[in-house]
Amino acid sequence: MIELFGAAVDLQPIWLTLEIATYTTIILLVLGTPLAWWMSQMKSSSKVLLEAIVALPLVLPPTVLGFYLLIAMNPTGPITEFLRFFGFEGQLTFSKTGLVIGSVFYSLPFAVQPLMHAFEAIPHRLLDAAATLRASFLDRFRTIILPLSRRGFLTAATLSFAHTVGEFGVVLMVGGNIPGETRMVSIDIFDHVEAMEYTQAHILSAIMLVFSLFVLMLVYGLNRRFGVKVG
Amino acid sequence: MTKNILKGNLQLDLGGFKLNSGEFALPLEGVTVLFGRSGSGKSTLLRAIAGLDKRTHGQLSMDGEVWQAGSKRLATEQRHIGFVFQDAALFPHMTVRQNLMYGINRLPKNHPKADFDKIVRRVGIEDKLDRDVTFLSGGEKQRVAIARALLMSPKLLCMDEPLSALDWRSKAELLGLIEELVEEFKLPVLYITHAPVEVERLANQIVFMQEGQIETIETLQQSLKRPDSPLFDEQGAVSVLIGQPGLVEDGLREIKLGDDRLYLSQTHDIHTHTVRVRVLARDVSLALSDPADLSITNHLQVTIDELIPQGEHRVLARLKLQNGQHLFAELTQHSTQRLKLQQGLVVYALIKSVALAE
Amino acid sequence: MNLNTLLAGLVLAFAATTSVKAATVTAAVAANFTKTIEEIGQAFTEDTGHTIRFSFGPSGKLFAQIRNGAPFDLFFSANEAAPKAAIEHGLAMEDSYFVYSQGVLVLYSPTLPVANNAMAILEQGDFRFLSMANPRTAPYGTEAERFLQNVGLHQTLRRKLVNGESIAHAFQYVVTQNAQLGFVAKSQVVDPASPAYNNGEYWELPAELYNPINQGAVITKRGEKNEAAIAFMDYMKSPRAIEIIQRYGYKLPE
Repeated sequence: MIELFGAAVDLQPIWLTLEIATYTTIILLVLGTPLAWWMSQMKSSSKVLLEAIVALPLVLPPTVLGFYLLIAMNPTGPITEFLRFFGFEGQLTFSKTGLVIGSVFYSLPFAVQPLMHAFEAIPHRLLDAAATLRASFLDRFRTIILPLSRRGFLTAATLSFAHTVGEFGVVLMVGGNIPGETRMVSIDIFDHVEAMEYTQAHILSAIMLVFSLFVLMLVYGLNRRFGVKVG
Repeated sequence: MTKNILKGNLQLDLGGFKLNSGEFALPLEGVTVLFGRSGSGKSTLLRAIAGLDKRTHGQLSMDGEVWQAGSKRLATEQRHIGFVFQDAALFPHMTVRQNLMYGINRLPKNHPKADFDKIVRRVGIEDKLDRDVTFLSGGEKQRVAIARALLMSPKLLCMDEPLSALDWRSKAELLGLIEELVEEFKLPVLYITHAPVEVERLANQIVFMQEGQIETIETLQQSLKRPDSPLFDEQGAVSVLIGQPGLVEDGLREIKLGDDRLYLSQTHDIHTHTVRVRVLARDVSLALSDPADLSITNHLQVTIDELIPQGEHRVLARLKLQNGQHLFAELTQHSTQRLKLQQGLVVYALIKSVALAE
Repeated sequence: MNLNTLLAGLVLAFAATTSVKAATVTAAVAANFTKTIEEIGQAFTEDTGHTIRFSFGPSGKLFAQIRNGAPFDLFFSANEAAPKAAIEHGLAMEDSYFVYSQGVLVLYSPTLPVANNAMAILEQGDFRFLSMANPRTAPYGTEAERFLQNVGLHQTLRRKLVNGESIAHAFQYVVTQNAQLGFVAKSQVVDPASPAYNNGEYWELPAELYNPINQGAVITKRGEKNEAAIAFMDYMKSPRAIEIIQRYGYKLPE
């Protein structure tokens, strides 16, 4: 709790938001990379279906998606059951873990689409050439695919992060607004507006805007530098 | 090197196109050209042989080592091959040196190491090692690609139309280079082209392909003996004479064909022990005696092997040189009758123009 | 048709629509009151011939909209604060304020026998999550918190509380069984269309253990001269409206 412009402002929701956005981005890159690669190599008909499924979070209003996640992540929901299988204990909703899972679903297209387009743009002959030079698949992935799709990764990471920072509907639905655990900054701003505490809402919004502007400029600056090298 | 035999029978269904090679056994010595129209399946077969397509089925073994059994495939990276692609396929995010080292760094410890400096010099890229590959010309890129493949010390070098994307000057230079490298490194090569001149210059044997199948496998000499050889294009029948380069005098290069001699205008330096001379049948005339008062330099004593009637009152004469090589001459029916040409007759072949095959 | 007659026609048509508009009223209504006020609206149209349109949303958002010039004649809030703030800001008529209904808090659970053992269940705390509306922003939440403080359970249950953004949201947590039980509005469990209707049990909190959840309404500056707006405010106090309000699980101030 700090004092800014004569109003007491709790900065914890900002740290929590950054933490959740970071986890979400990392998980999306780890899971999205194989998915995007697989999709980039698919034949047109089945690919169209999968592309459409991945894009669905864009279509559903976030509170609707959040409502279904609330059902899927309840103590007997399919996502909970799935994670139980891997030894998970506890409840997903009203927890950081649940928020990260919700954000992963919500931001999935923002990670997968740029990665898929980056992979599609790599000429297949380069991978064939690397295979004739004795590089195994993982080796080719590391030495050819990753460096040639750097911009795609940068875009995917930026969009996933930014989209998670700005999300409201999903985290509102599955989070339960618990301070320090699930009260993200977007919800906090909303609460201040609801409680007619406009000064705090303005301060938090301004902090988030300045921070996001700074991060986006940094990333796009890096993108330009990579751009020259890759061509 | 004669022990290398590539044996198999490969199928690959690409949806719109089916490869079904049929049984083949290729003794790999020198250059084996895969020849056929575009869409005949040359590239598909080569990719299947290299293991680059997962959907390949069938059998394939190299030198007794199994490369394909049913749908089980030895991965490309374990096949000891080199591959040169049509557009070089250099890695754009690496320098020339990094491209060359990419394969070397992945060779097993006990694998024979090629002589980096020698190959780089031989291919002519020693001054470009630290360049960014995106700034190389087409010909330079292909040289790097060739060096990159040679540095793998492969058992088999695959080349998929390596010259087709180049301008005529780079084409000529690289064709000469490939010819020299094949002789120097004694490497079996599988080479795809649809240009007869490249076949005549490089091929030891030719795999003719049509509609996804292997039609025939012949030596270059066998296929050039046929008057209907698929290698003959709109220029008509062609002969390729194999000789040894001799001295240069008065700007003319001597070529030894057994006891016979041919002379041709010097075009460029020759670095190989044998040369191939390409002669168009329509550039060869016949005389019953050796004429002395003629501007044509090249006269060879030959025996008529066969007279093959062609359409439009023309006759194709297959002639045998004293060292056993053969030469085509295209004549009119009228001349054949006037000179009373027949099989077994000894005549003189006058060759108007001679060129090194290129 | 020449240009002059066309223009004259347009002017007449415009005048006609504005005169009809005078008999229409637009009300901003807190989302929890949606069904109740729609039924009252129908009865109002039947009885008076006036038409009324509703715009639903969270009270705070509706207030922000009115403050920024939204075209609402009436404002039915889920709390007292928003309509009073509207008066303070000069956006609503001071003498028009009245409490049109009071919310009733119940403890609802689809799985636990709360109807007869509510206090014992709360004291034992043998559940993972107890849902309620956000005490900072929703009166139902404030009063649920007050109830817990009054019975001395707020400290012990603090770590099990999850906040829904609104009372509707708190209700969703219980219905989807992410929370085992929750403080919800009586209106949410007595509605025959509700997923909680005849599904599980509820217990009505003793009225003396929390303050009345007053839902206040005002006529905005915009609705001041709209006769239909004034008529609807009167209609809200009619026996037919009161019957509907009580049927949906609300009380009226004594």
